[in-house]
Amino acid sequence: MPSPKSAYSIPTKKGKLDTHIFVVWVDNESGVLARVVGLFSGRGYNIESLAVAEVDATKNISRITIVTTGTPQVIDQIKLQLKKLVPVHKVADFKREDKNVIFKEMALLKIVAQKKKIEKCIKECKKFNPVILDKTSKSVVIQITALRREIDKMSKKLKPFGLTSTSRTGAIAMTRGAQTFK
Amino acid sequence: MSKLYTGAEIVFKCLEDQEVEYIFGYPGGAVLPIYDELKNHSSIKHILVRHEQGAGHAAEGYARSSGKPGVVLVTSGPGATNVVTALTDAYMDSVPLVCISGQVPTHLIGTDAFQECDTTGITRPCTKHNWLVKDVKDLSKVMHEAFKVATTGRPGPVLIDIPKDIQFAKASYTKFKKEKKLNGRAHNKFSQNEIDQLIDLISKAKKPVVYTGGGVINSGPQASETLKEFVRLIGFPITSTLQGLGAFPGDDNQFIGMLGMHGTYEANNAMHDCDLLINIGARFDDRITGKIDEFSPKSKKVHIDIDPSSINKIIKVDLAIVGDVNEVIKSAIKKINKKQNGLKDSNKQRISKWWEQIQKWRTKNSLGFINSNKEIKPQHAVKRLYELTKNQDTFITTEVGQHQMWAAQHYKFNKPNRWMTSGGLGTMGYGLPAAVGVQIAHPDKLVIDIAGEASVLMTMQEMSTAVQYNLPIKIFILNNQYMGMVRQWQELLHEKNYSESYSEALPDFVKLAEAYGCKGIKADNPDELDFKIKEMIDYNGPVIFDCHVDPNENCFPMIPSGKPHNQMILGPNDKEENKITGKGKSLV
Repeated sequence: MPSPKSAYSIPTKKGKLDTHIFVVWVDNESGVLARVVGLFSGRGYNIESLAVAEVDATKNISRITIVTTGTPQVIDQIKLQLKKLVPVHKVADFKREDKNVIFKEMALLKIVAQKKKIEKCIKECKKFNPVILDKTSKSVVIQITALRREIDKMSKKLKPFGLTSTSRTGAIAMTRGAQTFK
Repeated sequence: MSKLYTGAEIVFKCLEDQEVEYIFGYPGGAVLPIYDELKNHSSIKHILVRHEQGAGHAAEGYARSSGKPGVVLVTSGPGATNVVTALTDAYMDSVPLVCISGQVPTHLIGTDAFQECDTTGITRPCTKHNWLVKDVKDLSKVMHEAFKVATTGRPGPVLIDIPKDIQFAKASYTKFKKEKKLNGRAHNKFSQNEIDQLIDLISKAKKPVVYTGGGVINSGPQASETLKEFVRLIGFPITSTLQGLGAFPGDDNQFIGMLGMHGTYEANNAMHDCDLLINIGARFDDRITGKIDEFSPKSKKVHIDIDPSSINKIIKVDLAIVGDVNEVIKSAIKKINKKQNGLKDSNKQRISKWWEQIQKWRTKNSLGFINSNKEIKPQHAVKRLYELTKNQDTFITTEVGQHQMWAAQHYKFNKPNRWMTSGGLGTMGYGLPAAVGVQIAHPDKLVIDIAGEASVLMTMQEMSTAVQYNLPIKIFILNNQYMGMVRQWQELLHEKNYSESYSEALPDFVKLAEAYGCKGIKADNPDELDFKIKEMIDYNGPVIFDCHVDPNENCFPMIPSGKPHNQMILGPNDKEENKITGKGKSLV
């Protein structure tokens, strides 16, 4: 509740929140991530996850994937504000429900437990392309790729079996089919 | 192999190529190589301010009154942090500024060196873009890009941070290619279909209103001419934001006054009741809209703006046209003239009832006030100032507060670029240094800062700059001994608890003026006002005019922020109506 003697009007309607995935192509220069992230924090937008890396070394382009929530009006603003940044080349915006887009996140799971429990964990991960990266008699590190909410579920599920630490990349996205985003 | 230049030389070569005539700045350790180079470039004059904030505002005043970008030169650390207020002000009000700041040498960056600060980090959210130049080879490219970013699309401030070793290092200079009228990030891509839709809406409207803003001014003087032609052609009433004043003649019958929190009764009621709202270069600021849910509830809304992110940010519109204001209205005029010759007359008929309604609202005389023959009323002082200066081309700057609103209400502007005020950020202390910048751009014109005594003390030191360069700026202080707007809100909303809004000690402004080496004039009687204003205008040099006004006067009309446009509080002439009570009180 805003202070009763505020100099500004009180917000009234609250719109429905949607989850969107933004893919932003930027010049890979110093400070560029701060500009993008600063835009979000400065204007009070959410960041659920963020993934960034250079994708084209010759053209010096990085690809930033941001998962965010907001009302349709806010989502629209995020897109337009991102496009105003000088090092930003293009901005794609996908709804999470969009069937034409693949969203994936990678996670590394470390389980410290007895052999039996470890085996159970590996079994549970079956659906998510598990790769065993490290294994000792007391522990295992499993790599899985899945949707954000699937990883959420998995980490909940594996907690009782000795999941001690989780490292996640944040979602990345790509459109299906032959066409690319221009 | 081409000739090698030092970083400092490259800075000036770029400024010369960009046809920069004035730099507003203040030297310091990290910019000394650039200052050293100044003597070799006679086409560029440096204006030495007394505080870096003053440099920023002076550059803003220069930019807004001339349409050219303002250039600021400051040192690292405190030099850069002092200019942050001015950069933010320019960002909010879309003023093109290029700020060059010195930085500690590259090998010391990040070591907490003397006068080091993260300048690009600090200024990132208050500039359109900024650069830290780490290689002298990038310098000329960055400089030219900086001017491009600052002046194209929606204008704004940019900053270039140049470490001291880069100022010494050598590189070859790449000349910049002047492109044809750039619209780099301007998105000037509106379609004829959109223009057709606009004309269709215009030809159907029964209760239309045109609402213009600073975007018209930023689009250049030609845009104001085009706007005049457009508005006369369609015959609609027109209102303006604070920032847009002057784009359409203030004394024209089609102009219904400023809108918003302290706008006229007719303008705000027209906004509320209209069936077509055409926003040209304004941004639905919260001081304009009042309560969003009840903002202009019955209207179709059109928004013409160069910045796509301004559209649908606050108010959802039915038709958005992204483009340069001048281009958009020009093509609308063309279409109207070509297609619908009858529009002019049929329009007049269709909206004649609407004009009758507006005339009725006008009779409220919402800007009226009860004059006195004992005390100077601040509104009266502004009115007299207007009457006594309207026959010459006068430039007005203001500080922020009651005096600013009175100036906006009672001073009528007939041309663009004559009105410089801090609207978005509301920076007290803007007007005096801005007047310095305006006078630099227009040495032979009358430049007046309509000021409040509290605001003007924030940047008073710039009087020293005015004296040094013999700039005959006139500081017209409406002195009520209070931070008037704060006092007014405390009176209306906080049970007259005037917490810290009264200045118990104020300088003797006449003596202060004399101490700076300029003229001081004091007036506290309505009878002597005209005579003394004339004395101020006729004096060839800077003047501080201490006009003692009624300390209890409030600025009306007023829309409490949480209220819609049709629930204004009017002045003392209209006392019974609309006291702020109960829930409304919490909303101002």
